[in-house]
Formats: sequence, structure tokens, C-alpha cells
Amino acid sequence: VTASRRSRVLTYGAGVLVLLIAIFPVYWMVNTSFRRAIDIQSPDPSFFPSPGTLENYRKVFDTEFFWTAARNSLMVTLLTVGLALLVAFLAAVAVSRFRFRGRKSFIVAILIIQMIPAEALIISFFKVLDGWHLINTIIGLTLTYLVFVLPFMIWTLRGFVANVPRELEEAAMVDGSSRIRAFFTVTLPLVAPGLVATSIFAFILTWNEFIYALVIMNRPEHQTLPVWLQAFNEGARGTDWGGVMAGSTLIAIPVIAFFLLVQRWVTSGLLAGAVKG
Amino acid sequence: MATRVGSPTRIQIGAARARRRRVRGLPYLLVAPAALLLGLVLAYPLVRLGVLSFQEYGLRQQFGAPADWVGLDNFRRILGDGEFWSVLWRTVLFCLSTVALTMGVALAVAVLLTRVPRHLRLAMLSGLLLAWAMPPLTATVVWQWMFDTQYGLVNWLLTRLGGDFAGHSWLAEPLSFYSVAAIIVVWMGVPFVAITLYAAMTQIPRDVVEAAAIDGAGPWARFRDVTVPLLAPIIAILTALSILWNFRVFTQIYVLQKAGGVTEETNVLGVYAYRIAIGENRFDTGAAVAIVMVLLTLLLTLVYLRQMVRTEEL
Repeated sequence: VTASRRSRVLTYGAGVLVLLIAIFPVYWMVNTSFRRAIDIQSPDPSFFPSPGTLENYRKVFDTEFFWTAARNSLMVTLLTVGLALLVAFLAAVAVSRFRFRGRKSFIVAILIIQMIPAEALIISFFKVLDGWHLINTIIGLTLTYLVFVLPFMIWTLRGFVANVPRELEEAAMVDGSSRIRAFFTVTLPLVAPGLVATSIFAFILTWNEFIYALVIMNRPEHQTLPVWLQAFNEGARGTDWGGVMAGSTLIAIPVIAFFLLVQRWVTSGLLAGAVKG
Repeated sequence: MATRVGSPTRIQIGAARARRRRVRGLPYLLVAPAALLLGLVLAYPLVRLGVLSFQEYGLRQQFGAPADWVGLDNFRRILGDGEFWSVLWRTVLFCLSTVALTMGVALAVAVLLTRVPRHLRLAMLSGLLLAWAMPPLTATVVWQWMFDTQYGLVNWLLTRLGGDFAGHSWLAEPLSFYSVAAIIVVWMGVPFVAITLYAAMTQIPRDVVEAAAIDGAGPWARFRDVTVPLLAPIIAILTALSILWNFRVFTQIYVLQKAGGVTEETNVLGVYAYRIAIGENRFDTGAAVAIVMVLLTLLLTLVYLRQMVRTEEL
């Protein structure tokens, strides 16, 4: 009995340790962002933001290019998500509702494309976009992000569309609805969760992306938020952790919020795919 | 109007045919935007990368000089370059060790999740989600701050525990540089793998495990001989995915290099190709390195793809 009790205590302790390691860096980021420079640079760290300050955030808002970076990030993200949603949904309907020549090759191509490491294509993207005069433009970066989120979105939405029973649509059409009406009243509401999940996924990828933004948007006034943060971080050279952490917090908060919304679909989708076989 | 049997039928047949023809064209119309985008903005750069790797393309060509074909020269150059091999070796080693760590830790966390009481399990799952949700760049910057030479928490903690770590620089020496990078990569990689494994474990039928217990199998034997074999397919997929992700690691290395790492001794393939091409304007050599990276990835992917194609009907 004592042995099993000891193992239960050990298990509990290990669980608490995992929890602490998982959340501590996030906590430390937020904590530092609210602390005064003098406290951050004291030999003994304090684990609570008291006395706290909003000075770090004020400094970030006053930084050159923070607001332009926020605007660029927002524009690229919204454009990418909107366009990707439309394009991916149309393609998903095609591959899950129709049998046509080239369908299978299209799906296999989508699968293989997802495996190509984006990091290896930076050089040629730079060359190609440079040739099209799209370096340092929102359009250039949006096109880049579009092709990186499309394969995943088509692949996921394809499952959602396939799960809508064709009979439901046909029943609506028999009742006198047109094909288009049947689509809007029957199919779309059933696919909505998939659309929400994949668009949030695209949002997270686009909002977080660092490497392509670094290469394609290489002038300060065209930076996105991650590139701005890294420039700020490099410029501070370890002397302004309060400011850097305030910037990090501002960038991370929308992602964390959206991610917590979407993760249920991501894990269950992956699991469904893996267990089926 | 009264309809005769003959002609209207023909009209109906004609209309049906036209509709079918329209429907036959419809799927192509629907995939067209996606296919066009992927072809123009993804496949074309990929081809361009291949072309670049067979050309001489440096600063002169960047300013308009014609690019000459040089055959396999670029590949010969990198394969004959000791630095390329040490970068490749480093990348593989970093990838394999972080994947092994990620899978080991994640498996342990998943087992823990099945053992702890409900309230702790919910707290752990939320905590893992939080870590999972952190953007890679901000996560790296936060860890950089915790490992900071002067005011970093890690140095403070290790000094309090009796070590002499005041003013210790973690990024100056390659091995400790890679340890910090590995901690960041594993911290970011474990939540997804652990949650997925945990979800898969909850799907294992209870009676299978109980039957093994009745047959006299201890907890460790049950885990090794029942749980792990049942989870093998998903463990394989997760390992393949982690290998793919960690092989292309870029952000963590790039940021830590900027924070004081010695660039030449800490490059991995992605960063190396980037530095050669964008930093030194040697687009040809950079492209050759990138091509090697793509080929190695596709090789690794074959396993994953086969599994994927087998489990999902297309």
C-alpha cells in the first residue's frame, strides 16, 4: 500500500513539474513585460510584476515601425486567410464531390507539396518575386503565404466536404431548391466548422511566419511584426528585455487566443486520420 | 401547349447532355485557381531552384549578366567542401537527437496524462496547449532571455544551486549553443506529440489492457507489449513528422546566432543556404545546398507518405 501511495505521489509531482515547465516561459514573458527596467536588471529576479509598470508597452508603441509592422501583418494575414479560404474551398469541393481525370494526381501533388521544406525554397522565391517586382510588397508576401497554406487547407476541407451526405443536398434539390441554393442552405452550414478551423490555422501560420517575411520584406517600413520584433531584439542587444518581452506578448496574445479556439479540430482531425487505418 | 413525344425528348436529351458537359467542366473550373496558384507560385520557384543549381549565378548575374550553365559544378563544389559536410552532419545530428528527446519526453508526458487525477490532467492539457500556441519567434526570444548572460534566470538559478554561472555565456560555445536550441525545439515540439499520443492512448480498448493484467503482465510489460505495439502506427507518423520539422529548423538557430552564437560553427542546412545565397549573393551554391535539402526531405517523406496513402482513401 505504501509503495503504491508513493508512486501516486511521484506521478502527481511529475505532472505538476510538466505543467510548470510548459507554462513558465509564457508566464515569464508576460511577467517581464510588466516590470521596471531597474527590477529586471537586479541580481535577484522577482517572480511577480510588483511594482509593475506599463512603461515597456508605451515604449513599444512609440518604437519606429511598430505600427506599420502591425498594419502590414494584419493586411497580409487577412488577405491570405480570405483568399486561401475561397480557393481551397473550391478545390476541396472539386476533389470530394466530382470524379474527374487528374483528380488523383492533384491530391498526391497536394500531399507531396506539403513535404517540401519551405526553408529550402527561400532563395528561388526571392529570385522569382524579384523578377516579378514583388519584393517589399504585400502582394508578394501574400502570394507566398497562400501557396504554403493552400495544400493543408485543401486536404483538411476535403474531409469536411466529403462528410456532408450527398443525399442531403439532393433532397434539398428535389424539394425545388436550385443547386446553388441547396449548396448555401445545406452544404455550407455543415462545412462551416471546417472553414473556421482551417482559416484560423492559416491565420496562425501567416501571423507567425518569420523567415519569408525576413527575406521578402527587407526594408524596415515593410516589416511584419515578427521581423520587427527580431530587429528590435537585435537592436536592444540584451539591454531592454522589458521592451522585447512587451513586444513578444503583444504578438503572442492573438495567436494564443485563436489557437486555443482551433486546437480541438486539429488534434481530432489528425487522430481521425491516423486511427482510421 | 401540348407536347408530342418525339421532338421534346430530343431537346431534353440535348439539354441533359449539355448539362453533363457543363458538369464535366465544372470540377476543372473549381480546381483551376488552386492549381494555377500552386503551379505559378510554388512549382515554378521549385523548377527555378533546380535551374539555379546548374548555373553560375552570383552578384554579376544578379545585375543582369547572362547566367552560364555549369553542369554539376555547384554540386561538385559543395560536396568537395568540408564546411558543407560538417553543416549536414550537424543538421542530421541535431535533428535526430531533438526528435529522440521529443518522442521520449512526449511518450512519458502522455503516460502521465493517463495516470494523474482529472483536475491535474485538465491543467496539464491547458498548459501544453499554451506552450504549443506560442509563436516560434517569440518562444525563441523568451528562451534567449531566460538564458541571458547577465540577468538570465537560468544563470541565477544554477548559481543559487551552488554552481558558478554568474555571467556564463551559453551561446559562445557550439555544444552549449545547441543544447539551448534543443531545449527550445523540444519545448515547442512536445505538446503536439504528447497530446496526440494521449488522445490515441485513450482509444485503446480497456479490456485489452485488463486481459494482459489478468495474464499476469506488470505495468511496464503492459506498456511495452500492449500499449506501444497498438500505438505503433501513430508513433511512426509522429516521428516522421518531427524529423521533417526538425530537419528544417531555422528560426531558433538564426535568432540564437544573432544573439551571440558563432555563426560558422552553428549553421544548419537551412540557415547555411540562406547565408550563402542572400548574405553572400552566391545564389548558385545556395540553390545546390537547398536542392540537397529538398532531396533528403523527400527521401525521409516516403515513409510518411506511404503510411498516409495507406490509411486515407484518396
